[in-house]
Amino acid sequence: MMKATGLNRAKIAQTVGFNLLRLVTVITVIPIIGLVAYIVISGAPAISWEFISSAPSNGMREGGILPAIVGTLYLTLGTAIFSVPIGVLAGIYLAEYAEENILTRIIRIAIINLAGIPSVVYGLFGLGLFVLFLKLGTSILAASLTLSIMTLPVIISTTEEALRSVPNSFRVVSTSLGATRWQTVRRITLPQALPGIITGIILGLERAAGETAPILFTGATFFLPQLPQSPLDATMALPYHIFVISTQIPGMPIQIQYGTVLVLLVFVLGMNLIATLIRSRARAKRQW
Amino acid sequence: MKEILVRNLSVRYSDDNESLKNISLEIESRAITVLFGPAGGGKSTFLRTLNRLNDLADLKEMKGEVLFHNHNILVPDIDVIDLRRKIGMVFSRPVPLPLSIFDNVAYGLVMAGEHDKEKLTHLVEKALKQAFLWDEVNDRLKDSAYSLSGGQQQRVCLARVLALEPEVILLDEPTSALDPIVTSYIEDMLRELKKDYTIIIAPHNVQQAARVADYAAFFLMGELIEYGSGIDLFQVPKDKRTSDYVTGRFG
Repeated sequence: MMKATGLNRAKIAQTVGFNLLRLVTVITVIPIIGLVAYIVISGAPAISWEFISSAPSNGMREGGILPAIVGTLYLTLGTAIFSVPIGVLAGIYLAEYAEENILTRIIRIAIINLAGIPSVVYGLFGLGLFVLFLKLGTSILAASLTLSIMTLPVIISTTEEALRSVPNSFRVVSTSLGATRWQTVRRITLPQALPGIITGIILGLERAAGETAPILFTGATFFLPQLPQSPLDATMALPYHIFVISTQIPGMPIQIQYGTVLVLLVFVLGMNLIATLIRSRARAKRQW
Repeated sequence: MKEILVRNLSVRYSDDNESLKNISLEIESRAITVLFGPAGGGKSTFLRTLNRLNDLADLKEMKGEVLFHNHNILVPDIDVIDLRRKIGMVFSRPVPLPLSIFDNVAYGLVMAGEHDKEKLTHLVEKALKQAFLWDEVNDRLKDSAYSLSGGQQQRVCLARVLALEPEVILLDEPTSALDPIVTSYIEDMLRELKKDYTIIIAPHNVQQAARVADYAAFFLMGELIEYGSGIDLFQVPKDKRTSDYVTGRFG
């Protein structure tokens, strides 16, 4: 009788515990779903072909957001050009070549800390180094370089992690068959780690695409009558444009604000979706 | 004829784990030499020293000489890549590379710079036949090596060593993950292969050691206790520790 009661209490405790955990999980999801739903509902009426294909007019209060969309695409692309090769190569070096010593430990600690620096600090750093010292001016180039420095730690550490998740037995076998270290990386470990690396790249770029502070002083501009013509031009960009139209313009129609936010959200979540698809497809295909 | 001469070889890992203590041994060419003894005795370390795979491990020190074709392969300036092509290795667990069956077998050749498709096809076929696998896989060479059974995978691993036409084949408990039927299959194959290759094997039990040994070396805690012909070691061992192990009194 006693035993049965004890068992019952354990069962009740378990049921309560499970449901509590479930509740907490649901609570964390609600704000995200609510946020996305609210933006979609409020922003959808603003979306039209004209909205994404024409420039703002009447002091931003009418027209579309094409220059901001194009600007964000340019900045994302520029960031990729600088951060992807450097980040991936550094990740390969750290995972496959670097010996464990004080130097590599310092590099790793630096990378981790770099990832934790507030983005506005990157913005000021970019202003000092690229805009003023290297005299690139407020430009797509300067902003891309600033965003690259911010993105690098993400790409380096995800590349390193993806390579480390490839079983070491592959390296041993490849070496035993007379492959050099680089051959092993190129033929075996890199292809196996590629989906993970691409996922890391996309997540890093996605963050860069959505940032305001790093481009605030380095490349973003309030308004441009035409699309940027060269990497040394300043550009409009979605995150900064959202800041501008929500704080700097009196009498701004709220619909356009939500519409712009929705476009940025679709852009960023779209990249996220691609990363998720790549990862799950690779996981399904993986044999080991 | 002696294929490999080992003189006063001592190996120690950084964590002082499995190590070798002053091993001297002469490996007969075109014969099966068996290294046996309890786990942790230094068999794997010994094998991995012979093709310098130990370079990947965290070693504290490596002393002595290993002479292969009269060259000490432990000196830093030898061509390790070339050495590994001449002294191939099969591991205890089948580890196919994440490639097709064909690409697995051709891997070492391609890494060595062989890109002639016809020649590769010929050598892959030859190696798969030597490993008694050709009949089972010749219609699906493009399939992933992971689509094969464990026994077939291990024969792919053997075939990819054979494709390099090595002189010495090292096998580290090659049948420990396989069932008895496949195991006897592989043992037959080794008896066939010893006509052309020098084989050094760490079998996964004493019975297998006795079955395949032309020569046998008993390793215990990093020391070479006894070395001689297989018949001597398994029927009239000189050292008490060898006879205790062979008769199953410990181990």
